[in-house]
Amino acid sequence: MTQAHADMTPPAAPPGPIHVVVDLNRCQAYGQCCFFAPDVFKLHGEEALWYDPAPDEAQREHVLRAAAVCPVQAIVVAWSNGSEPQINGGTP
Amino acid sequence: MSSHGSGAVFKDGGHIVIVGASLAGLSAAETLRTEGFTGPLTLIGDEPYLPYDRPPLSKAVLTGWVPAEHTQLPRRETLADVEWQLGVAAVGLDLPAKEVRLADGHSVAFDRLLIATGTRARPWPKQAEAELEGVFTVHGRDDARLLRQRLAAKPRRVLVLGGGFTGSEIASDCCELGLPVTLVERGAAPLVGALGGAIAERVATLQRQHGVDLRCQVTVTSLEGDAQGRVRRAQLSDGSSIDTEVAVVAQGAMRNTEWLRDSGLAVGTFGVGCDAGCRAFDINAIVTDDVFVAGDVARFPHPLYDYQFLSLEHWGNAVEQATVAAHNMVCAPAERRPHVAVPAFWSSQFGVNIKSVGVPSAAEEVVITQGELADTRFVAAYGKAGQLVAAVTFDHNLWVEFYQRLIEQAAPFPPTMHGVEQPALRSPVPAAFPDPRVPTHDATVILTGHDPNERRVQWIPRHHAPHEQQTHTSA
Repeated sequence: MTQAHADMTPPAAPPGPIHVVVDLNRCQAYGQCCFFAPDVFKLHGEEALWYDPAPDEAQREHVLRAAAVCPVQAIVVAWSNGSEPQINGGTP
Repeated sequence: MSSHGSGAVFKDGGHIVIVGASLAGLSAAETLRTEGFTGPLTLIGDEPYLPYDRPPLSKAVLTGWVPAEHTQLPRRETLADVEWQLGVAAVGLDLPAKEVRLADGHSVAFDRLLIATGTRARPWPKQAEAELEGVFTVHGRDDARLLRQRLAAKPRRVLVLGGGFTGSEIASDCCELGLPVTLVERGAAPLVGALGGAIAERVATLQRQHGVDLRCQVTVTSLEGDAQGRVRRAQLSDGSSIDTEVAVVAQGAMRNTEWLRDSGLAVGTFGVGCDAGCRAFDINAIVTDDVFVAGDVARFPHPLYDYQFLSLEHWGNAVEQATVAAHNMVCAPAERRPHVAVPAFWSSQFGVNIKSVGVPSAAEEVVITQGELADTRFVAAYGKAGQLVAAVTFDHNLWVEFYQRLIEQAAPFPPTMHGVEQPALRSPVPAAFPDPRVPTHDATVILTGHDPNERRVQWIPRHHAPHEQQTHTSA
């Protein structure tokens, strides 16, 4: 798993699902992410950011750019390398 | 186990167990690895899922924009070697033996323990009514998935019991989906326990403007089902009734502390008492060395609020407190940090983004410092004894940090504002919070006094009027 932050040129990402979380305490609704990945981030009303925490693979580049340009760096993106963790006592 | 005597750090030896595999547990695990803890790390969670994010459940998930399964939280690569015990609840803690007992009969030994078991939805107190088809609570991912399926089937009406943040957000979702919705709130207005009556009145108007059939100062006394066991009608305390196919019980959260009842820790209605460094108190209010607490289940003293103990149900608190707890679990004693972040949360409903910093319910007075109450774009500043204690913004995200700084500095109330638009309500008015001794279901910040082993307040459902709850002194 790898972490992406404030870099305009995203690193070569391994395959596997991407996961997004936004610190909405930090978010100030600049809306830059909504420009860069409009299918993943949207403003609900004037200032409430809604987002898809597990966007489609095709959105990968858009999501990484959205995270990179966020003026308050509120967006965290990570992706698995395809190998899910070992889980005991139940199934994920 | 090695190297955790006084003055030493706890980095390579010893087994750390985290009970609670949600946001706080995950944040703590990531911090432990970031801070250089390389020893064995076990996360125990009662749900069969890797950590997922809860705030979207009552918003994007219920409206159908995002499936419930999409909410899994990003995990850092440093957690590759964590042992996950998921789908099995912790049912006991044996402190002398340093073991967590699991529901499947196994025990897990620990050298250091983090308690992060969070909360669950308060169920409808009459079990037979709670089991009717069409009666829901919303706390976990499965709850949200099932309610989403039901809303997608276009019920003729949705009844929401409780006008806290969750209930209000669900009512907002229903309006967005074009579903008729009735919201029944025991208090004078929705969000009254969180924002006070003066601001909550505006929320009531907002909800009615969006078409919510809002009934305040009323409670649901019973839910009635048909012959097939499906909910069909609710009886209200004012003698009226509402025909409905869906009833969502949104009466706040209960802290998951039952598994600690005989542990010897300071456990009560408002959570597990701990010091500002997240170390748990035992029942004698003596701090423990190897047991830490973080997230919704923690009850901790805050210097900004006269060192009263706070209980919070906030996303940001789960992250920040877990980070502090994890740091303190593995650092040298002299490097321990206090958890002193100003409480903060947000809610998105009826097209408005509501944010809060500080503890509004600590206030006596409130004043609008920016914008206009009437157009739901404003900042409300909350004060007590001439000091700013909280601020709530409606669609004023950019200003939250500014007020946070003022609160951290114990700035005077009412705050002096230069160069901003002048609102109409310039004089403070009573904030109008309900009596703090009566638990409300919508306050996600609770000032719980100074007693480190608080056990006096209990929720007791009355049999004749089950929606009513009362305080009870058992000490």
